[in-house]
Amino acid sequence: MSAVTYLEAIGQAIREEMRRDEAVFLLGEDVGNYGGAFKVSAGLLEEFGSERVIDTPMAEAAIIGSAVGAALMGMRPIAEMQFIDFITCGFDQIINMASKMYWRAGMPVPIVIRGPSGGGTKGGPFHSASPEAWFFHTPGIKVVVPATAYDAKGMLKAAVRDNNPVLYLEHKLLYRLPELREELPEEDYIVPLGKAIIRRDGEDMTVLTYGAMVHQCLKAAQTLEEEDSLEIEVIDLRSLSPLDSEAILESVKRTNKVLIVHEDTLTGGIGAELSAILAADLFEYLDGPITRVAAPDVPFPFAPPLEAAYLPNAEKILTAARQLAAY
Amino acid sequence: MSTEKLLQIYYFMRLTRTVEDRTRTLFLQGRVVGGVYTAQGHEATTVGAAMTLRDGDCIVPQHRDLGMHFVRGSSPRAVMCQWLSRGNSPTLGRDGQLHIGDMHHGIVPSISMLGESLPVACGVALTMKMRKRSSIVLASCGDGATNTGPFHEALNFASVQKLPIVFVIENNGYAYSTPGSRQFAVQNLSDRALAYAMPGETVDGNDVLAVFAAVERAGEHARSGKGPALVECKTFRVRGHSEADKADYVPKELREEWLAKDPIKRFEAYLSGENILTEAEKAGIEARVKAAVNDAVTFAEQGPDADPATVTDYLYAPDGPIAIVGEPDAEDPRYVNALDSRTGKPFTTMAAATINTPEEVVRL
Repeated sequence: MSAVTYLEAIGQAIREEMRRDEAVFLLGEDVGNYGGAFKVSAGLLEEFGSERVIDTPMAEAAIIGSAVGAALMGMRPIAEMQFIDFITCGFDQIINMASKMYWRAGMPVPIVIRGPSGGGTKGGPFHSASPEAWFFHTPGIKVVVPATAYDAKGMLKAAVRDNNPVLYLEHKLLYRLPELREELPEEDYIVPLGKAIIRRDGEDMTVLTYGAMVHQCLKAAQTLEEEDSLEIEVIDLRSLSPLDSEAILESVKRTNKVLIVHEDTLTGGIGAELSAILAADLFEYLDGPITRVAAPDVPFPFAPPLEAAYLPNAEKILTAARQLAAY
Repeated sequence: MSTEKLLQIYYFMRLTRTVEDRTRTLFLQGRVVGGVYTAQGHEATTVGAAMTLRDGDCIVPQHRDLGMHFVRGSSPRAVMCQWLSRGNSPTLGRDGQLHIGDMHHGIVPSISMLGESLPVACGVALTMKMRKRSSIVLASCGDGATNTGPFHEALNFASVQKLPIVFVIENNGYAYSTPGSRQFAVQNLSDRALAYAMPGETVDGNDVLAVFAAVERAGEHARSGKGPALVECKTFRVRGHSEADKADYVPKELREEWLAKDPIKRFEAYLSGENILTEAEKAGIEARVKAAVNDAVTFAEQGPDADPATVTDYLYAPDGPIAIVGEPDAEDPRYVNALDSRTGKPFTTMAAATINTPEEVVRL
């Protein structure tokens, strides 16, 4: 078996889940004939037919709403947003329909909403979104953000089998990244939702991050080891809702310093909530200010110099980590 | 139509009206929690449309569709527990009004964002189509909701996919205070069907037999695999948007004109004229209606308050197998979606589960 990309891992997960369970089906814009804007679903129409791989009109409320209706009937739909930015067009279906259904009516809504998120591809203000904070704030929907091919496959399988709405955010920059190619197990496996993973051990500082920033943080940690003799622990949160608070607290109790890194904007982001949890639970363990590296509070810019200025990267992480280490 | 069926229709119309009248009284007494949205004048539309359905069909109702709820099996007890915000209501006090339903009885619970239920109806119908069933979905909305994006997305998607849905538009003249003339430029809302290449028809929404006939025609179309159809029922909201709304923006003559066209009085006159509804029969139905309503109010008033200790419970559905609704054994309690796992019992929206007089449950 050859090593697969992050994108191929997603495609494998959809294919295997559709083979395993006839209740699973895929719907979205251009997912059938065209195989998806990024070719995630290439070949699925040929294998499963147009009843289970449904090309929809350009209508996100119809896509997500139909997924909800089918899920109420016991199906397990996967709804693709062509770019995750367009999830706003189906916002009400997620916030008011899907996420509140079990809590108020007792009926499960097992849907997965997935799509390419994140920047760094010169996508500009409407093709670069990191929408996690809106849904992180919303009770009743799980939010997951895989950073590796292994997790991409295992978490999507877990999401499909979950009995709740799950927002599964793929990072489009990782789709075909050669260094993320990985041999995946032959046998069926899942990565349970709600569990973080330590990507690199260390005792001098904890870095909390997720998505594409995991790789920027690992790069920075490597430099800090080589140039500063600092041992940085990098935690890939993977699952934002539910959040693995236990893993976070356990690590920061040991390292006493914490740097939070995300691609999304700063204010009201995931980092803000992590900061509040740490301040409340580990006030006496902290040997330095809780520090955040995030995008500035402006919309996502288009021109390459602006995009570079906007996105967090290993260099910015390095600067912040050195300041915190010296505190 | 059989005499028995005509009398069932009459019974459900009377039950709907009487439950709403009582709800208003309870509201004025300060016993109802939150806003009260009723539908006096809609009974021919809601009952007439739902009476066309068969076993296995689903409804996707809106906030003024109490008549549909009753025809399809929601119990007056469940409804009254919702109005009084009881801890044993189908939503355990987590939601109010007519936001109830469960899929094993084919009722999608509505939300307040009107129009948003219609895409959900598409998903229910899509499943029926994928499972090769001859069932249909009856999805309703008001004139106001026809102006929303989801309405148009749903009609378009349903038509492209040839989904078995009957869209019923209850055009009652006003979206809150805004008259039709300020909402849309078309003469009839059934004109909207043209844009989606589906049959569309406008009927007198206060004539229950006309509604029944039109929705049945649309249902035959949908059931035969030809795709969705649309029926506009022209009726009138003779009261306010909610009971807090005096509706003084409605011209007095207009309201009086529609009050004179009251759908229940009209149907009653027809039934009497045909010698179907005798005085004795009418008295018998009134007694049954009164008993059901009294029972519901007593039941709700004796229900517990919602338990504050449960406010953060049941956010996520538990793990476990999920059944495809409508297939053999789907109501087996081993399935997560067969049981309300918050109570460990089957869903309690329904008459059979909550009321002792089984005539409330009508399966046609």
